[in-house]
Amino acid sequence: MGEVATRMTALQRAGKKALVPFVTAGFPTRDVFPRLLEEVFRFADVVEIGVPFSDPLADGPVIQHTSQVALEQGVTLPWILEMLADRQVRASLSVPVVLMSYLNPLLQVSDGDVFERARRAGVAGVIIPDLPVEEGAVYEAAARDQQMDLIYLVAPTTSRERARLIADRSQGFVYLVSITGVTGARDAFPAETFEFLRRMRALTNKPLCVGFGISRPEQVKRLAPEVDGVIVGSSLLRAIMEAPSDPMGAVRRLLLPLRRALDESSSPLAINSE
Amino acid sequence: MHYEQPDERGRFGRFGGQYVPETVMEALLELERHFQSAWRDEAFRRRFHHHLEEFVGRPTPLYFAERLTEALGGARIYLKREDLCHTGAHKINNCVGQVLLTLRMGKRRIVAETGAGQHGVATAAVAARFGLECIVYMGEIDMERQAPNVFRMQLLGAEVVGVAEGSRTLKEAINAAIRDWVTNVRTTHYLLGSVVGPHPYPMMVRTFQTVIGEEVKQQLLEREGRLPDYLVACVGGGSNSIGLFHPFLHEESVKIIGVEAGGRGTGLGEHAATLSFGTPGVLHGAHSFLLQDRFGQIANTHSVSAGLDYPGVGPEHSFLKETGRVTYVTVSDREALEAFEELSELEGIIPALEPAHALAFLRRLIPHTSKEDIVVVGLSGRGDKDLQLARQAMEEYHHG
Repeated sequence: MGEVATRMTALQRAGKKALVPFVTAGFPTRDVFPRLLEEVFRFADVVEIGVPFSDPLADGPVIQHTSQVALEQGVTLPWILEMLADRQVRASLSVPVVLMSYLNPLLQVSDGDVFERARRAGVAGVIIPDLPVEEGAVYEAAARDQQMDLIYLVAPTTSRERARLIADRSQGFVYLVSITGVTGARDAFPAETFEFLRRMRALTNKPLCVGFGISRPEQVKRLAPEVDGVIVGSSLLRAIMEAPSDPMGAVRRLLLPLRRALDESSSPLAINSE
Repeated sequence: MHYEQPDERGRFGRFGGQYVPETVMEALLELERHFQSAWRDEAFRRRFHHHLEEFVGRPTPLYFAERLTEALGGARIYLKREDLCHTGAHKINNCVGQVLLTLRMGKRRIVAETGAGQHGVATAAVAARFGLECIVYMGEIDMERQAPNVFRMQLLGAEVVGVAEGSRTLKEAINAAIRDWVTNVRTTHYLLGSVVGPHPYPMMVRTFQTVIGEEVKQQLLEREGRLPDYLVACVGGGSNSIGLFHPFLHEESVKIIGVEAGGRGTGLGEHAATLSFGTPGVLHGAHSFLLQDRFGQIANTHSVSAGLDYPGVGPEHSFLKETGRVTYVTVSDREALEAFEELSELEGIIPALEPAHALAFLRRLIPHTSKEDIVVVGLSGRGDKDLQLARQAMEEYHHG
């Protein structure tokens, strides 16, 4: 079992819900990013770091934009791993870090095994949005060799049989895509989203985290009872984008209310025990 | 020689596969089931061939290029006249097949990508014929350089959506089409225009385009009583070439050549010759050769021909390159423009800039052939869409 699984299981047992922010590596700039990451850690249980890719076809306009900005600044996977391995950053890594990367940048790492290098940099898990379970066996094995978690996604369109298979094979948590579509904030979630979350809850005991389209405390309050954690990406990046002079403040202003909404959704027992 | 590809998981050797967001996985599995059952259904195949005859105008002629043969002084040159298909290119063969499949799946909305606009026009035409809603994504640069095709699509009732991201060409148009499909997957079929993308697209598009090579085989047997010695076709994504090549892959005596866009140089970004200069990786759902930097970021490409201007290639071509069954070569913008002029003057046929690449390669191939040899060139489309662009480029070459 990897660190993500350990953390998620511990939270689950304590009746607490996980906040999983997503940030694009090197955004808004390579210099600011390590400090920004530290700020994100303060509110997070697990952090996803996005490896920018030229063709992010599962992503909406915000992550397309942040990826492009990061690429223009020369952000590469080797840079990300070096940055994470830096002693100061490493010391501030208070929660498990998961890399979110399209498959191709991982495939092109030529000097040595990419999972081994990621592990040495302190990465606990990997999410690959264009890797369905049918193509995943070889990457699962590579992750397992490094005691890392390979996290799979399940969508509302996924059949029952495949959902069970994916839940079985996903390590750390199961990433539930809230709605058919690409990443990016939504005003509201349809009834279908909640039916989907309940269907998944009935199917597996693995920790479930829901992502895509979540931006507001009210949404978190409605979704949290159905799952073990929520993932917040585009809205966080948009907030950072819109506050170029105060990115840390933007992180705080967005994540603090979400953190509170989640803690209120945790079981009373968990709150009392704090 | 036995040839049976892909395997049941959509693999051509180590290439192919299904690298897509989970949201569309079930749609791919459903598409594969429907395609397999449709292709086994005699009635479906009859309907497909009926519309190819009546709507597309098949069979297309296998034309003996007498004056071009004389001018080059070697092998007898035949042109497979896909330029005479309705809407002006081979693309429509695949569109008829996929639209019939869309109806069979009970979907009423189609999204497509287009580069040169040929696939977009063909999709819009077939969608109009069968009353389906049609949205075509097109890079803004391509909308500019292929403006007449934008109006054609609109006239045919399609909504053309400009894509302003990244290189603003075919690659981004595919990204945008996939994002639409991911969002509307329950009601929408993605009508991919080439032998690229996740399984079953490379296999399915090949199947619908194989009519090209099957006709050539029959027509040449009637005319010459034998198989060709050489097949030559241009390769962007690779659908017209696979359609021509496929029925001959197991015929060892037939030498097969795919011609890529050499653009204006050999540096990354100056050409679109994926198989000649690329390396393996994953883009748009399949493992195949790609033009990319060493960190796996997809490169921008250049070709005078919008239809070849793509940093990927169909996984089956990657397999055919690695096994050596097909030889892949490059032809520059300039050579393609010269061949464009030459065919117009000698045969009274204005080719599209894409097959002009295949024609240009004849200047290098024919000196190595004898007068008894037979070469078949895939003339995948006509040049009407390219007139303005060709005039500009030719003026530059002639005066600069």
